[in-house]
Amino acid sequence: MNPSSQTTQTEAAAAVSLDNIVKFFGRFVALRHVSAQFAAGRLYVILGDNGAGKSTLLRIMTGLLKPSSGAVRLLGQDPEEVTQRFGYMGHAPLLYDELTGVENLHYFAGLYGIADGEKVRAAIRTVGLDPNLDRRVGNYSQGMRQRMSLARSVIHDPEILFLDEPFSNVDIKSAHDMAALLGRMRDAGRTLFVVTHQPAVLEPVADEYIVMEAGEIIGRRTEHTA
Amino acid sequence: MSAPGFASVLRMTIAKDLRMEWRSKDAINSMLFFSLLVVVIFSFSFDPTAETSREIAGGLIWVSFLFAAVVALNQTWARELRSQALDAFRVSPAPVNSLFLAKALGNMVFVTVLECLMAPLFTIFYNLRALGNWKLLPLIAVLGTWALVVNGTFFAAMSIRTRIRETLLPLILFPISLPALLAMVNGTAAVLTGDNSPIIWIKLLAVYDVVFTTVCLMLFGTIINAE
Repeated sequence: MNPSSQTTQTEAAAAVSLDNIVKFFGRFVALRHVSAQFAAGRLYVILGDNGAGKSTLLRIMTGLLKPSSGAVRLLGQDPEEVTQRFGYMGHAPLLYDELTGVENLHYFAGLYGIADGEKVRAAIRTVGLDPNLDRRVGNYSQGMRQRMSLARSVIHDPEILFLDEPFSNVDIKSAHDMAALLGRMRDAGRTLFVVTHQPAVLEPVADEYIVMEAGEIIGRRTEHTA
Repeated sequence: MSAPGFASVLRMTIAKDLRMEWRSKDAINSMLFFSLLVVVIFSFSFDPTAETSREIAGGLIWVSFLFAAVVALNQTWARELRSQALDAFRVSPAPVNSLFLAKALGNMVFVTVLECLMAPLFTIFYNLRALGNWKLLPLIAVLGTWALVVNGTFFAAMSIRTRIRETLLPLILFPISLPALLAMVNGTAAVLTGDNSPIIWIKLLAVYDVVFTTVCLMLFGTIINAE
């Protein structure tokens, strides 16, 4: 087997493959030559101080940002080619305040070609919310928004899930409930990447911690150490 | 899971935007208030004869609609940015051109509603009566409105990531809309005065619409994914 086909096979086996990613914002270097492979079916927690490049890395993995150089492969393909197969929960809720939760989810499900109302209701129930709640998202608490945002990101049953600060402004009980839900998703075979400043919440379910500093991955370990 | 169709995303996005506007009334209220001010202020500023009114009304009507439309155009993408819902669209397999067309059609609805509400007021305040073929006025209105909203939707998308987007939009939109505005004003004046045929202006508007709709659709994907 020649080396190039070997590389292609390794990339195909990995859920996410990063090859020498560099990202500039003007003259500021947000990511410096990041290369890594992430196996499928694991829950990765991405840690680092503010400005370490965590969210930038996550957005590059989803295709929302283009790397200045280097390549990203999701399931062996470009992110734009596998949009049906991954979900993204941003730092902001990515929901419309003027619509109810159900209306929001109906709309976003439609973007994936899903017209099944029961699937929408099931996704809402999965995150612990009431699908009959006839209240606009603008009137939700922060915790409810985060849960609804999680429901939005999994509505199309993705294989890979990217979550940016899913526990921000969420009370500790809700955070633990969400973490347990993420653990169940991992157990069901999904690959999850969670950027967080609260690694303790994910300790019972995390498989690997990716530590970032100044735009680089400086460590990968299986246990969280403060 | 099947890939979402262009038409279904288009329909859903228009329905979503109309529902949001119906609930918030952000765009329509601002547009109406602005246009109403223009009508009242100009009617107090000078007292034209019916003949003069017919000559200047085309300019007054379209300039007021153009300024008012900018309000709706700015709102179009502001909604998407507020909770970064645009990112959710961008990571989905939905075709981006369906988003653009839905936004442009939504704006078309908002501005058309404004025109329908304001046209009787213009007629009363400026004592207007068409001496030419009045049946051509709706055609000029439809073609002219589309020219404004298709460019406006595109340039509003282009300026959403800038800090001065509300100032930037008219700065880009007005010069590029000049040929269309000229055709709208002259076409309307031709119908109102009955002095000459508005057909040449209608043809110009139609060509302008086809060219700019095509260019906007071709470039929108690049614009929306630009950093």
